[in-house]
Amino acid sequence: MKMRALKLKRDWIHGWLLLLPALVFLFAFTHIPAITTLINSFFSTPRGRRSAKFIGLENYDRMVNDPVFWKVLWNNLWFAIGTIPASVGLAIVMALWVNEKLMGRGFVRMAYFTPTVLPLIAVANIWLFFYTPGFGLFDQITGFLFGWPASNYLGNPDTALNAIIVVTVWKEAGFFMIFYLAALQAIPVSLKEAAQIEGAGRWTIFWRITFPLLMPTTLFVCVNAVINSFRLVDHIFILTDGGPDNASALLLFYIYEVAFRFWETAYGATLTVALLALLSLLAIGQFFFFDRKVHYK
Amino acid sequence: MTGTSEMFDRLLNTCAAWALALIWVLPLAYAVWTAFHPAAYEARFELFAPLTLENFSKAWNAAPFARYFLNTFILVTMILAGQFFLCTLAAFAFARFEFPGRNILFALVLLQLLVMPDILMVENYKTMRLLNLVDTIPAIALPYIASGFGIFLLRQTFMTIPKELDEAARIEGASFLGVLWKVYIPLAKPTYLAYGLVSVSHHWNNFLWPLIVTNSVETRPVTVGLSIFSAIDSGIEWSVINAATLMTSGPLLIAFLLFQRQFVQSFMRAGIK
Repeated sequence: MKMRALKLKRDWIHGWLLLLPALVFLFAFTHIPAITTLINSFFSTPRGRRSAKFIGLENYDRMVNDPVFWKVLWNNLWFAIGTIPASVGLAIVMALWVNEKLMGRGFVRMAYFTPTVLPLIAVANIWLFFYTPGFGLFDQITGFLFGWPASNYLGNPDTALNAIIVVTVWKEAGFFMIFYLAALQAIPVSLKEAAQIEGAGRWTIFWRITFPLLMPTTLFVCVNAVINSFRLVDHIFILTDGGPDNASALLLFYIYEVAFRFWETAYGATLTVALLALLSLLAIGQFFFFDRKVHYK
Repeated sequence: MTGTSEMFDRLLNTCAAWALALIWVLPLAYAVWTAFHPAAYEARFELFAPLTLENFSKAWNAAPFARYFLNTFILVTMILAGQFFLCTLAAFAFARFEFPGRNILFALVLLQLLVMPDILMVENYKTMRLLNLVDTIPAIALPYIASGFGIFLLRQTFMTIPKELDEAARIEGASFLGVLWKVYIPLAKPTYLAYGLVSVSHHWNNFLWPLIVTNSVETRPVTVGLSIFSAIDSGIEWSVINAATLMTSGPLLIAFLLFQRQFVQSFMRAGIK
């Protein structure tokens, strides 16, 4: 009995000691900043000799009345709607193709996956050139095929965000494909064979067998895609710099602008709180998802 | 279903798969084309246009890319070493030790999967200023070295290792750190490889936080260097910018083409767990 208690106590100490270094860094750069963000959102931005002053909800008042805030929030919603279904749908199709015996499968798989290893900044450069009005390949092809005139997709407020969505889908689809590929390989062939014997066509097999079995993967990929829709802003710096007139700015990009171009750190903190609130809503959803996943194992 | 219709079906699928693949490589192929040809062929396609490496040497000489590469290399190594060390210890604690507060702490670790350090850039920048680390490579690395993802991944792997191996090593007189070093780490090698590849490619490509926290040639990683290089629109030719773009992604791209299978499997492994 005493021995056991002693061992337990030693386990405690060892466990805590092992955890300590990681926790110090985790708290220093994730949990504590999250809390100080909330605190600073109730203060004014310190300027020169004037230190920060408690101003209650003034920053929030400003945020609610800031048309740019609503605009970037709206943009972010569009960005999510534009990127998530398209990249997930394409990922499924890509994985189905690559999983089959296909002529030149190696090349096809490489073509789909390569954008994933490129830095988003490099991707943006490549696409900026691709979109160049007049002599970029995009205009050349559409001009040649459909006779469209040269157009400035990135400089037009109606198309700038869509152009960015296309780049993001291009970058993400191949990444999500990998998860589907793994899931497809885990589905027993016998299921498919049994269905074929019963006379089911490819369509039926996909919708009745494959797709339902891919559901956990779809959930996982969707959670990732949603988080990414708040996180991926690197390419905006190169492609449009948020413009024209904030037409392609997303929430995280706006936080960067406010905090590091206008140096309004308190307002930046307030916007960060809004982003954190959005992410916590997602976390609640993710919690249920993780729960389900644990039961699967 | 008859044989012909199935053949037709297969042909259709192959064509569609190839069409999409060609669309997918098009932007990259276009960049490669311009980077290896003189500026005069930027938008003109001739099969026998003269090949050249001049764009690469121009780009290399126009900005301190050698220094940027060194910075990125130091950065990526620093992060990986830190992550391996911290995440291994923490994952071992979560996988094999009973202590009060374990579940809450693990939930706090998982929280980082959602709230990445990039999102908290305003506060993290203040911290770096407080520590007097702004514009240093450690400042870029520090927020990432305790990775929730890494801890989670290694913990899952450690939990699959049979306890009997652990106990056998202890009976032979190994301390708990000895067990970790001799039993757990060797058996988790594939996970380390997978996590290492994912981490290296992620931090090689990372941009926003390095952009904020660096402001000199001595600290900037290649991504930030590239963005500055291509942002000066003082008439740098597209072919040179494309050469610079390919150059910065080159090492990863070549590594990927050489070790395609490992890359794909690593990303798969890292995602499934």
